[in-house]
Amino acid sequence: MSDQLTRPSSKRKILPVGHYRGLGLWNAAFLIFLYMPIAVLIFYSFNDNRMVMIWSGFSIDWYIKAFNNVAIQDAVLNSLIVAFFATVISTAIATIGALVLARGGNFRGKTMSLGLITLPLMVPEIVTAVAMLIFFAAIGINWGLGNVIIAHVTFCIPFAFMPIRARLEGMDTSMEQASRDLYASEWETFRYITVPLLMPGIIAGAMLAFVISMDDFIITLMVSGAGSTTLPVYIYSMIRRGLTPEINAVSTLLLLFSITIVTAYWIVSNKTRTETVH
Amino acid sequence: MSSWLPTNPSSRRWLGLAPTYLVIGIFMLIPMIIMGTYSFMEANPYGGVKPVFSTAAYLQLAWEYDLDGTLVFNPGYLKIIWRSIGLSTMATVICLIFGFPVAYYITLQPENRRNFYIYLITIPFWTNLLIRTFAWIIILGRNGVIELPLLSLGIIDKSLRMMYSDGAIAIGLTYSYLPLMVLPIYASLEKLDFRLLEAASDLYSSRLEIMTKIVIPLSKPGIIAGCILVFIPCLGAFIAPNLLGGGKKLMLGSLVQFQFASARNWPFGSALSMLMLAVVVMALIFYARGAKKRAAGAES
Repeated sequence: MSDQLTRPSSKRKILPVGHYRGLGLWNAAFLIFLYMPIAVLIFYSFNDNRMVMIWSGFSIDWYIKAFNNVAIQDAVLNSLIVAFFATVISTAIATIGALVLARGGNFRGKTMSLGLITLPLMVPEIVTAVAMLIFFAAIGINWGLGNVIIAHVTFCIPFAFMPIRARLEGMDTSMEQASRDLYASEWETFRYITVPLLMPGIIAGAMLAFVISMDDFIITLMVSGAGSTTLPVYIYSMIRRGLTPEINAVSTLLLLFSITIVTAYWIVSNKTRTETVH
Repeated sequence: MSSWLPTNPSSRRWLGLAPTYLVIGIFMLIPMIIMGTYSFMEANPYGGVKPVFSTAAYLQLAWEYDLDGTLVFNPGYLKIIWRSIGLSTMATVICLIFGFPVAYYITLQPENRRNFYIYLITIPFWTNLLIRTFAWIIILGRNGVIELPLLSLGIIDKSLRMMYSDGAIAIGLTYSYLPLMVLPIYASLEKLDFRLLEAASDLYSSRLEIMTKIVIPLSKPGIIAGCILVFIPCLGAFIAPNLLGGGKKLMLGSLVQFQFASARNWPFGSALSMLMLAVVVMALIFYARGAKKRAAGAES
């Protein structure tokens, strides 16, 4: 039946093999569905009214209010501290791990090691959250922000690992071999050849780890005690207290922040992709 | 570096992997083992557990003690588990119906445009889930983006009560995990050999046959991976049932959170988490088996 639609006699453009009518439209609808809530959220952040859903005029007062909100400032600071440490530590761990797993050849325990690194991706977040909460309570670690940093380092490792490993697997080893042939020491080769070549992967991994850490909510909610509230946890408490456009304003800023980093990541990885092609 | 590093390749490997093993091992694997043992202990009403062996947490899934101490069947929690499975399945199916044509459409595009579409689809995935779910409150809520124009035009005269329903949760779940469906399907479709489609067309296959007999079977690994990637986080979801279900329509994830935050029944919360882990392990075994079968099929 669908074949008849494409017969020349129907006087419609003949679709090439494998193309289907309406796919483009479907794709457009999909993207609208994906972005409509984000657009709505941003739109209502400029609402003058105290109630989010009752539009009474344009204003940027809620942004000013959010900026001057001390609790939000504290939460942002906490989020940045956690994300900074989580990114640096998890990226370092992931880099060494990726070097071994991508360059170490086949060895016993390789599959197990890969499984362990990707474990935080496979376990539902709520289970990770609960397991960590129990662990911290059981051994009596109560370091406030320290607990949150430990948790974030753990689940950021696979996110930092993936782009670094991908970069390593696409990398030619001939430069490193040439360096060794020319009597560079192992350390010099690593420092002046491997690390610079690997840098785009490391930067990409660090960016993903940073975004994931900044955005995490449920694990942080479970392991953070009083005084170590991060921004998403604070936003959650705001939502529970009542919907004001201040939530939209803070959310918009966090959203734009994530989008900026991911866009930068996309540009970096696209650039390196074209580099390796030429 | 070479002076202090071991020269034996095996010791080097394990030295490089040691930080990973230490961090994920200590802060994730061991906690999950402790959680497993907690699920077999008695609850301490003030939080934590009493170190006494007990299967009460697992019994609580389907039974409760009557006033006279006999076990009676109580389907309350089973209903929540059932609803979680139902809603997660629904969200997975909707994601598949929405996502498959999109993944296919992207594979038909020239390469640079393909990358751009993938970028557009991954963006929401990297942004905060809590915020994206909150946006749905504004859309579905009383006097929200959907209701307001209908009310003011007089099409409806009272609230549609879309919030705090299973439907709202399903929409939230679908929206949360859509990218996780599109990406693996795209990854398997990307390798699709379009000459197969042309050959089929030359041999008088209809467009429908090309889709059902070539494209869909060849993208099966991606479809299965996508379904697992959507289903598992749906099952453990906390944000969507909490914000869009109003905390009254519980799902497994929110039930677990409730056991630790308010109910102070850690063994029961642990038992529920173990249940979720069991589902994950089963899904992974199912996936690995399929992959092995495909690999064997490709060789012969």
